[in-house]
Amino acid sequence: MSRKIVVGFDGSEASLRALDFAITRAQAQGDNILIAHVLEWSPYSFLTPSEVEERHRRRTQELQRAETAILTPVVKRVEEAGIPVATTLRYGHIAETLCRIAKDEGAAMIFIGRMGDSGFASRIFGSVAATLAQVAPVPVVIVP
Amino acid sequence: MKQHWNAPAIAALATGLAAAPAAAQGIDETVNQVFANSTGWFVSLIFSNFPGTSFPWIVGWLVIAATVFTLYFGFVQFRAFGHSIALVRGDYSDPNDAGEVSHFQALTTALSGTVGLGNIAGVAVAIGIGGPGATFWMILAGLLGMASKFTECTLGVKYRNEYADGTVSGGPMYYMTKGFAERGLPGGKFLAVMFAIFCILGSFGGGNMFQANQAHAQIINVVGDYPGWITGVVMAVIVFLVIVGGLKSIARVTEKIVPFMAALYVITALIIIAMNYDMIGEAFRQIFVGAFTNDGVVGGAIGALIQGFRRAAFSNEAGVGSAAIAHSAVRTKEPVTEGFVSLLEPFIDTVVICTMTALVIIITGQLVADPTTGLFVLNEAGTQIQTVTGNSGVALTSDAFSSAFGWFRYILVLAVVLFAFSTMISWSYYGLKAWTFLFGEGQTKELIFKVIFCLFVVIGASAGLGPVIDFSDAAIFAMAVVNIIALYLLMPIVKAEMNSYLSRLNSGQIRKYE
Repeated sequence: MSRKIVVGFDGSEASLRALDFAITRAQAQGDNILIAHVLEWSPYSFLTPSEVEERHRRRTQELQRAETAILTPVVKRVEEAGIPVATTLRYGHIAETLCRIAKDEGAAMIFIGRMGDSGFASRIFGSVAATLAQVAPVPVVIVP
Repeated sequence: MKQHWNAPAIAALATGLAAAPAAAQGIDETVNQVFANSTGWFVSLIFSNFPGTSFPWIVGWLVIAATVFTLYFGFVQFRAFGHSIALVRGDYSDPNDAGEVSHFQALTTALSGTVGLGNIAGVAVAIGIGGPGATFWMILAGLLGMASKFTECTLGVKYRNEYADGTVSGGPMYYMTKGFAERGLPGGKFLAVMFAIFCILGSFGGGNMFQANQAHAQIINVVGDYPGWITGVVMAVIVFLVIVGGLKSIARVTEKIVPFMAALYVITALIIIAMNYDMIGEAFRQIFVGAFTNDGVVGGAIGALIQGFRRAAFSNEAGVGSAAIAHSAVRTKEPVTEGFVSLLEPFIDTVVICTMTALVIIITGQLVADPTTGLFVLNEAGTQIQTVTGNSGVALTSDAFSSAFGWFRYILVLAVVLFAFSTMISWSYYGLKAWTFLFGEGQTKELIFKVIFCLFVVIGASAGLGPVIDFSDAAIFAMAVVNIIALYLLMPIVKAEMNSYLSRLNSGQIRKYE
């Protein structure tokens, strides 16, 4: 049976490595891939009145830009490898949203790249990889 | 274009600097005089009393409206309070709508326009004139005002204009025109134009001059006296950079610091109250007794009532219509949900924050009472209660807070300036929406409004508190005159929305998202 693999993808080098690794695994096991791009967003941030007014328009623009600049180019890459591929574009907290996608889609695994920050910043702000490793509902593959 | 507008401003600044400091006080006085003379008639019209009484009709107008809405919607502010909080927490928000303006964001954006000097300076003015009893009426007005806010914000979302590019424009102007047309009522256009005119004046008054004025008062209270127009020019330049230059970073920083300052303010107030816990009972006794008896305050018990109602309305803007503009941009399928969220505003603003200010002023004993009779002593002019330091307005609040923590006066300066600034940014937006409703959208038209807005910052900082506060109140209350007429005529629509929503909520058709 074909399983679904979620790949967290943000256009970075690290996420490309994760995608390539996911492609090799999918080829080996006959899985299909769901490329997920999450735009960092909190419903509890503070906005000015004019930002509130423009929000819907900005959101539409952001989604379009993410679709054309980030997702579309890599869809081809996966298709050329002969793997069934779909994409999803969401707003939210990155790790939480990836977990929700995995759950909603009944995915078998999550693949992500890691930034390799071992320093102070990730101690304070946390990293997506560390959070996912802690809370993901399915096995997580963290590609260095 | 920017060059073109900057040139006269710089010239004016240069002239001003050349003449300083000898002529500086002269400028302030001239501004004050001209301002008082030219706005006096408008102020007396709005604040005229019911014939044969000393009760301003406008205060009755607001309170009666808030009472009518409270009864008509069956005490919606208490029934829906829990649901309002669940909405703000996002329990009912569709995860697929993430990235749109959330209820929380709409609420905090609207709050940053109302939480401000009304809570710090306005309350001090009310208590300085009306005594502790004014607090009671202020809280009552805040609780009733929640129903007014609910009504206007539901309508604001329901009748907003959505444009092809995804932006929205809403507010009383739109429910007056579209809502009246839908119900077949005449006069919608006329009311909308009147509202827009008053909204522009309000944006220059309470949303601008009062803020600049009190920010200046707070600064000189700490650093020593200097002419007001200097503060005015500095603030005007910063406001100009944000609203004309699109300098979003300043606005964004302010929007982030303001909620933090509001929290710090409330926490400090709570600490001061806790430190004087033995005085809490006495403070509440003064508040309740003062609400109904003549404690030697200006105008007696009725004076306390007028001051309390007046400052509450000025602080939370319920019934004024401004919040309907701020809330109308939220993305929701149910307009009434935004009404529920907005009713938290007067609660946070008036019932919580204003009450904190009032308690701190009362508990720290800023008002001078006659030790033998227990009655408050009036100042020489008989216009307000004698305070320990002789200060009024924001300086009185500052005295009260710094009597417990000396350093708090510096925090308060920062808070006042930031609150003033964020309120100005909000009101520049409200005023602009009214302006474009009247004159149409367009870069030049919008720029003209923004430049006038900045000029009023300078006037506000230069003029005395009396004329500024009177005009500010008058302009904002004039908005309420027309807005509430519209609310009365459109309230059946809100009731239908509310009943339909609540029945679907109770039947489980509207459910929380996981």
